[in-house]
Amino acid sequence: MKLDSKIPKGELAEKWTKYRGTMNLVAPNNKRRIEIIVVGTGLAGASAAATLGELGYKVKAFTFHDSPRRAHSIAAQGGINAAKNYQNDGDSVYRLFYDTVKGGDYRSREANVHRLAEVSRNIIDQCVAQAVPFAREYGGLLANRSFGGVQVSRTFYARGQTGQQLLLGAYQALSRQISRGSVTMYNRHEMLDLVKIDGKARGIIARNLLTGEIEKHAAHCVVLATGGYGNVFYLSTNAMGSNVTAAWRAVSKGALMANPCYTQIHPTCIPVSGEYQSKLTLMSESLRNDGRVWVPKKKEDVMAIREGRKNGNDIAEDDRDYYLERRYPAFGNLVPRDVASRAAKTACDEGHGVNSTGLAVFLDFASAIERYGKSEAHSQGIENASSAKIKELGEAVVEAKYGNLFEMYEKITGENPYKMPMKIYPAVHYTMGGLWVDYNLETNVPGLFALGECNFSDHGANRLGASALMQGLADGYFVIPYTIGQFLSKEIRTPQIDHNDPAFNHAAKETEARIDKLLGVKGNQSVESFHRRLGKIMWEYCGMARNKEGLEKGRKMIQDLRKEFWGDVFVPGTSKEFNPELEKALRVADFLEMGELMIVDAHDRNESCGGHFRTEYRSAEGEAERNDEDYKYVAAWAWINDGDPVLHKEELEFNNIELKTRSYK
Amino acid sequence: MKLKLKVWRQKNAKDKGQFELFDIEASEHMSFLEMMDVLNEQLIEKKKEPVAFEHDCREGICGACSMVINGQPHGPQQGTTTCQLHMRHFKDGDTIAVEPWRAKAFPIIKDLVVDRSAFDHIIQAGGFVSVNTGQAQDGNAIPIEKTQASKAFDAAACIGCGACVAACPNASAMLFTAAKIAHLGLMPQGKIEENQRVLSMVKKMDDEGFGKCSNTGACEVECPKEISIANIARMNRKYMAATLASDKK
Ligand SMILES: Cc1cc2nc3c(=O)[nH]c(=O)nc-3n(C[C@H](O)[C@H](O)[C@H](O)COP(=O)(O)OP(=O)(O)OC[C@H]3O[C@@H](n4cnc5c(N)ncnc54)[C@H](O)[C@@H]3O)c2cc1C
Ligand code: SF4
Ligand code: FES
Repeated sequence: MKLDSKIPKGELAEKWTKYRGTMNLVAPNNKRRIEIIVVGTGLAGASAAATLGELGYKVKAFTFHDSPRRAHSIAAQGGINAAKNYQNDGDSVYRLFYDTVKGGDYRSREANVHRLAEVSRNIIDQCVAQAVPFAREYGGLLANRSFGGVQVSRTFYARGQTGQQLLLGAYQALSRQISRGSVTMYNRHEMLDLVKIDGKARGIIARNLLTGEIEKHAAHCVVLATGGYGNVFYLSTNAMGSNVTAAWRAVSKGALMANPCYTQIHPTCIPVSGEYQSKLTLMSESLRNDGRVWVPKKKEDVMAIREGRKNGNDIAEDDRDYYLERRYPAFGNLVPRDVASRAAKTACDEGHGVNSTGLAVFLDFASAIERYGKSEAHSQGIENASSAKIKELGEAVVEAKYGNLFEMYEKITGENPYKMPMKIYPAVHYTMGGLWVDYNLETNVPGLFALGECNFSDHGANRLGASALMQGLADGYFVIPYTIGQFLSKEIRTPQIDHNDPAFNHAAKETEARIDKLLGVKGNQSVESFHRRLGKIMWEYCGMARNKEGLEKGRKMIQDLRKEFWGDVFVPGTSKEFNPELEKALRVADFLEMGELMIVDAHDRNESCGGHFRTEYRSAEGEAERNDEDYKYVAAWAWINDGDPVLHKEELEFNNIELKTRSYK
Repeated sequence: MKLKLKVWRQKNAKDKGQFELFDIEASEHMSFLEMMDVLNEQLIEKKKEPVAFEHDCREGICGACSMVINGQPHGPQQGTTTCQLHMRHFKDGDTIAVEPWRAKAFPIIKDLVVDRSAFDHIIQAGGFVSVNTGQAQDGNAIPIEKTQASKAFDAAACIGCGACVAACPNASAMLFTAAKIAHLGLMPQGKIEENQRVLSMVKKMDDEGFGKCSNTGACEVECPKEISIANIARMNRKYMAATLASDKK
């Protein structure tokens, strides 16, 4: 299969404007007849559904949540990037474009990323107009903060709840369209299959989660905005319900899954504390501005801490290894996420981990508290301030900056991070991989589009902080409303799609059979236990560091686990009722296939880039080594009927950016 | 720690429902929902139906989790959702009662899961700014005073969990509705439509079957995001003003 990215011709900076100006349009009278299904109402889906509704299309929106307001996007903390250059610090569309391509370790498409940087500015305007309460300066103008991997201040935020406020903005815009009747909302509906007629995406099979009814929904095209698949690892910072099912069902109908092995592991999360855990909590990247990461040098100190005989404060300064500052003097604690995560793993692998599981490092604010305290004392004119006073003043400064995060940490761990260094460890956070899409955000299945985290498009092998919210809203508000016309303008003569077409009946039967099969296993092991085991395999063999043997072993283990699942899983209840265990079982069944594909992709990519680190491909100092000669491509995989995955390549072209090795030394 | 759980079980909206007793062994490091997970694993092991409850983010922001714990929505810790509550707030040997939100406008779906669609309907009645995508001016063209923006944010922090309704003896949705009206009305962008908004959202609230407000203040006490009851007073003032304005027309 030849993959056509459909990147418009012309100068990089003019591609989008020119393309938009010459695109095919759908006239208002036709829009009223054309139906669009949008699955997923997180940032990407809600913004798309609202905007398409405003334009006059007949939209049907689906979410498995009880309300669009509960999508995983709600949990984003830190902020959203935009090339506004309000700080006059030299930011520009080009710089945001450049930072994103470089941050992604040169594995994304130039044209897509440039468009993203262009529309980033409109997003902020739109959200302000919706009354999103962004942080402001004393003069009343919008405030910014900095994030990792960049040298300008371009991140807009709403305290530590940026995702919440942006999602509520999109949810409210969507609610407005629902009240006007241009969008019909199907909440508590889970898409379980894609329906194709004559090769085109024409609808979905959804399960009404309240009644268990299998429903057939038809439309002229289908838009997926169903989020990322980080939960394949079981433990992640994603919401419990985040899953791959919608995207995976599309793959089973011929859509390609691109770069599935690119996973972002976030360095600062609260460590695992026990087997009973099913979810990990992120501590925002912003903490690394002031926190210093370290482990004890001496093994006896490590043991004493693990056994509770000592705590972090008891370790003398000389006996601490501030390993990020030691290894990366130029960037110190602010190296990008992938680098920081690997370094924490190395420290723990070498036996320096500081909690009972051995999988934690310190994130210490004592120096920052002292530094801020002294400067505060100075500015308040307090001479010879006691060390207690300095601490008190410094803690107040730190509280003003990170209060809500410290409070969250204390609620979970019961430890006071003002007095004791935090314990943190990397955790799965985001998936750069996703459905393959062209410049129009259309998959290789005509009429099937993918937006937000569920596509692969803009972040290459590593996403920069505060760029996922930007991409989701760019796709939903400013890209799909235009590009969908390229497909729909050819469909104006297509009558309403009939949901009783044989293709729908066939797909509905298949879905029912699948559900019955799951319920019919009546085995002895819970869905949760399979998910947990899958997560352990993925983390062990396809996590922060990967190698050929491990990946081969992991693949075999997943295949065996999948067999075991279909032979011994126990799903209580029936299909025709509200049954959360059944919902979970269907999702885990798909994760068991997706996990294997991620391993296949990681095995195939004989290089290290961004979040994908193969231990065989590293420099003498242990840093990641890319292989641009052989792997400068998007790996788009077909997976049909359990068959052997088939690779299709899209070569990446870099005409505006020179490929370099990332160095943070 | 060893605990006794008294959990509300109800097959569906029509079922009468009753408490079921369980013994459970928990660790003080667990969150309340992790303890419920352990209970469910035990039930599944015995081939019994697990307890249905809602949850998603497990970090206090999505508003999905919703349990009345020993009579208090979201349990004993102030400013905390059920998912953020940890077992260290309980003692070995405690008996803990776990119930769903109870309100006419939130019918029970199963066990601890209720239907909160009524909240969506209230938002659909006017909880938005009427601006289409692409119609916006430059973000910095609308300066907003910092403390004003911050006040709007405080109201916008509502997570739509419904604890305020569950806490209210009249099952009123005043705090939820007032928070949205305050968030939008405190910002210039949302100010323009405020009269219309307050009238239609309040009407919707009544239509959905929520009760009247009798100023008990229970909502504010149980709200995990500590949304201030002052928002209700503000809404009442705006409602009066909007009624007068529409009478004049
Ligand atoms: C803790 C945390 C903090 C973060 N902080 C930031 C940040 O500060 N800045 C930033 O830029 N990014 C951040 N991110 C990443 C960012 O939040 C996500 O990538 C982004 O919100 C994804 O949005 P989405 O719309 O693509 O998907 P989601 O918000 O995940 O929405 C998915 C939607 O699809 C629906 N759905 C899924 N499957 C189905 C199905 N089969 N049937 C029906 N409906 C379905 C769901 O119900 C939901 O409505 C953070 C992520 C995490 C985990
Ligand atoms: S006002 Fe408070 S209690 Fe009520 S829905 Fe909002 S967050 Fe929940
Ligand atoms: S599970 Fe999201 S707020 Fe509790």
